[in-house]
Amino acid sequence: MNALFCSKPAHIVVAVLFLLAFLFFPWVANNYLLRIGTTMLMYSALALSWNFIGGFAGYPSFATAAFFGLGAYVGGILQNKGIPAPLAWLLAGLLVTIFAVVIGRIILHLKGHYFAIASLVIGDVLREIINGMTSLTGGGMGLNLAAQKMGVTEQAQFFYFSMLTVAGLALVTTVLLDRSRLGFGLRCIEQNEDAAVRIGINTDRFKTAAFMLSSTFVGMAGAVYVSWTGYIDPGEAFEVLISVKPIVMTLLGGAGTILGPVYGAFLFLLLEETVWRNFLNIHSGILGLLVVLLILFLPRGILNTNLWSVVEAHARVLRTYFRLLPRFQGINLWAWVVRIIRNIRHQS
Amino acid sequence: MLSLQILINGILLGGLYSCIAVGFSLVWGVLNIINILHGSMIVLGAYAAFFAYSQLGIHPFAFIPIAGLSLFILGYGLQAKIINRVMGAPVLITLTLTFGLNLILDNMMMVAFKADYRKIILDPPLGLLELGSLLIPIDRLYAMVLALGLVGCLYAILRATQIGRAIVAVRMDRDAAALMGVKVKQIYAVTFATGAFMAGAAGCLMSVIFPISPLTSNAFLGKAFVVCVLGGLGSMPGVILGGILLGLLESFGTLWLGPDFSTTIAFVVLLTLLMFRPTGLLGKRGFE
Amino acid sequence: MSAILELRDVSRNFGGLRALDGISMSFGIGEVIGIIGPNGAGKTTLVNVITAVTPASSGDILFNGNPIQGLTPDRIAQIGIARTSQIVQPFPRLTVLDNVAAGALFAAGVNTIADARSSAMEQLEFTGLARVAHKLAATLSLADRKRLELAKSLAMKPKLLMLDEVNAGLNASEIDAALDLIRAIAASGVTILLIEHLMKVVLNACSRIAVLHQGRLIADGIPEAIVGDAKVIEAYLGRKFAARQRKVMETS
Repeated sequence: MNALFCSKPAHIVVAVLFLLAFLFFPWVANNYLLRIGTTMLMYSALALSWNFIGGFAGYPSFATAAFFGLGAYVGGILQNKGIPAPLAWLLAGLLVTIFAVVIGRIILHLKGHYFAIASLVIGDVLREIINGMTSLTGGGMGLNLAAQKMGVTEQAQFFYFSMLTVAGLALVTTVLLDRSRLGFGLRCIEQNEDAAVRIGINTDRFKTAAFMLSSTFVGMAGAVYVSWTGYIDPGEAFEVLISVKPIVMTLLGGAGTILGPVYGAFLFLLLEETVWRNFLNIHSGILGLLVVLLILFLPRGILNTNLWSVVEAHARVLRTYFRLLPRFQGINLWAWVVRIIRNIRHQS
Repeated sequence: MLSLQILINGILLGGLYSCIAVGFSLVWGVLNIINILHGSMIVLGAYAAFFAYSQLGIHPFAFIPIAGLSLFILGYGLQAKIINRVMGAPVLITLTLTFGLNLILDNMMMVAFKADYRKIILDPPLGLLELGSLLIPIDRLYAMVLALGLVGCLYAILRATQIGRAIVAVRMDRDAAALMGVKVKQIYAVTFATGAFMAGAAGCLMSVIFPISPLTSNAFLGKAFVVCVLGGLGSMPGVILGGILLGLLESFGTLWLGPDFSTTIAFVVLLTLLMFRPTGLLGKRGFE
Repeated sequence: MSAILELRDVSRNFGGLRALDGISMSFGIGEVIGIIGPNGAGKTTLVNVITAVTPASSGDILFNGNPIQGLTPDRIAQIGIARTSQIVQPFPRLTVLDNVAAGALFAAGVNTIADARSSAMEQLEFTGLARVAHKLAATLSLADRKRLELAKSLAMKPKLLMLDEVNAGLNASEIDAALDLIRAIAASGVTILLIEHLMKVVLNACSRIAVLHQGRLIADGIPEAIVGDAKVIEAYLGRKFAARQRKVMETS
C-alpha cells in the first residue's frame, strides 16, 4: 500500500475526517438518506461483530441472526414494559451476551461445517420458541411498539445517532482487540488451533470471548432496530440473511482487518440500494451473483488483496495479447505500462 | 391402532427422506462441501416433473431418469466450472459460494414459476391401501419403494463400477487416490452431478406427495442435513437409518406436539447430536 | 540433584497396543538427557504424555513435585514445559517475530505484546533468526523452521525443554550449530530431553541416555555404558546380531 496512506498521522487525520463526516451527515441529508445511513451503520455493526468470531478467530458463525432477533425481542418487550429505550438497548446487549456464553459452551467445541450449521440452527430454534410464546411476544403476529413521541425528522436523526453509537462502539472494540493480547491469541487460533493450545493459549476461554463480542453489538443493534421500525415478527427477526449478509460484507472488505467490515458494509449497501430500486424481483439473484464473483475473484477481500499486483498481472497478460498485433510491436507499450506500475508499487 | 399407523407414516416418510438426503450426503462426504443448492435442485426436479405431467402427460415416476439426467448435467457444469475452483478452501468460502449459487437458482425459479404452490394430482389417483385399520396411501408407498430403490442402486454403483470405486477412493484419501491415477477434479464433478441426479429424482417423487414451491427448498435442505447428522456421513445404511429416524421423529412429534413443533424437534435433536456425537449413529469420522 | 520431572510407572495404551509400559524415571535440573530407541519405541508418545497431548492411561507425572497428569496442554505450557515437534507447525501468516512472541506472551507470562516482541527478538538473535524476523513463517526454509520451533520454545521460558528430532533433515554444519545451541541452553539451567536418532548428537550433547524399546525403559545411564549395553544392542540390531557381537567381543 502507498506509504502516504499507511503512516500513523495520516490514519488519524483520515479517521477524524470520517468521524466529522458521520457526525455532520444528518444536517445535510434528507430523511431518505438518513434512513440509508442508519442502515449502513447497522450493517457495519453487524459486520464488525461477525469479524470478531469469523475474521479474528476463524470460526464460521451463522449465529448473527439469533443474536439480532433475540436482542430485538428483548429490547421490544422491555420497552413495552415502560423501560426507556436506551436502557432497553443496553439490557438487550447484556442479555444477548449472556446467551452467547451459554450457547458457546454448547457449540464452540465443534469445528468447520458442524459449527456453522449448529450456529445457524440456534436461530431457527429461537425463532420457533419465540413464535410459540404468544402471550409474551405476540407469536406469529409480531410485536408492536408504542409509537415514538418525536417528529419524523427528529426520529430519523435520533436513530441515526443511536446506530452510530452502536457501530462506533463496535469499531472501537475492534481497534482495541487488534492491539490486545486477546486479539493476538485469536489470530493464533485462526491460523493453527493445535499450535495455539501448545503455546499456552486457553482456547476455550479465548473463543468464548470472541463469540461474546460477536453478540453484544448485534443484540444492541437488534434492539435499536425494533425501536426504529416499531414492529418485529419472528420470521423477520431471525431471517437467515441477517447471518449471511454480514459475512459477505466482511469477506468483501477483508476478514480480520479493522476497517474491512465497514468498507464491505458500505459497498454492499450501495449495491443493495441500487439493485433493489431498479431490479426488485431479481435482487436476490444479483446478490447471489455478487457472492459468487466475490468468492471466485476476491476471496480474501479488498483490504487483504494486494490490488497492485492484480493490476500488474493483468497488464502482463494484456501485453502478451497485444504482442500478437504487428502494429504494437515497435512500441512495446505494455512493458512501459508494467514498468510504471512496478515503480509505483516499489515506492510504496 | 394409532401408534402403528403413526409408525407406518413415519417409515413411509423416512424412505423419502433418505432419497432426499443421499445426494447431499455423497457431496458432503466426498467433496467436503455442504451443498446449499441441494434443496433448490430438488424443487427444480419437482417442477420439471410437474410440467412434464401437466403438459406432456408423462408420469412423474417415469420422468425420474429424465429429471435426473438434466440435473446431472447442471450439476456437472456447476462443479466443473465454478465450484472446482475453490476446492480445498476453508469451509466458509465453499459454504458461501454454494449459498450464492443457491440464491441465483432460487431467484430464477421464483421468477419462472412464481411462489404458488403446485401439486401433481395423479389421474387416476392411486388411492389407499387398507390393511385392517391401517391406511397406507399407495402413492407414498410407491414413492418410498422407489426412493429406497434409488438409494440401493446408488449404493450398488458405488461398490461395483470403476467410477464408483474411484469416488469412494477420493472420499477415503484424496491424495492417495490422485497418486493412483484418479482424476480427482473429474471425480468431484461426477460426484456433484450424481448428487444433483439424486436431487432431481427425489424432486420427482416429492412432486406427487407434497405441494411444491421455491419457498420449500430450505425445508428440504434442512431435512437432508438432519438425516446426515443423524445417520452419519459416508455410509449408505446410515442415510437410510437417518431418514427413517427423522420420519419417525416427525410422525410421533406431530402426534405429541402438533405440526408446528415438528421442525423444532428435528432441530433440537440435531443440536443434541452435534453436541455429543457429531459423526452420527453410523458415520465414520467425517470431515470437519 | 532435585528432580524437576518425575515419572512413576507411566503407561499409555492405544486400544490393545501398549505404547508406554510402566516408565519410571526422574530428571534433574539442568541435565541433558538423550531419549533413544528404535522406531515405534514410544519416544514421541512419552513427550505427548508429558505435555498432555494424549493422556496417560495410568501412572503419575510430577513436575517440581506437583502432579500434572490431568492438566490441559495450555496449562502445561504455562507452568514451564515446552517441546518442539517433529512436524513443525508455525503460525503461517504471522511473522517470525510474532511466532516467537506468541510463546513469550502466552506461556512465559509476559503482559504486553511489545514486551513479548522484545523478548522474542532476544531469542531470534540467540538462534540466528534475526535476519528473517519480519518474514512470514510460511516462507522459511526447513532449517530455519526448525530454529523457529526452538526459538518459540525458548521464548516460553521453560524449565523443561523437550526437543523431538530437532536435527532431522539438517546437514552436518547445521547439526554442529544446533549442538552449540543446545549446550548453551542447558548452561542456562534448563533441563533438556533430547529425542534423537543421530548418535553423534546424543553422544556429544548428553550426560545421560535413556533407551526405550517397545514402550519399556530398557537402559538408563552414562553414554559409555549405554553404547556397550547388551540389551540396547539387541533392541537396535536384533537378537541374532547381538549374539554374534557378544561372541566377537568374547573371543577378542
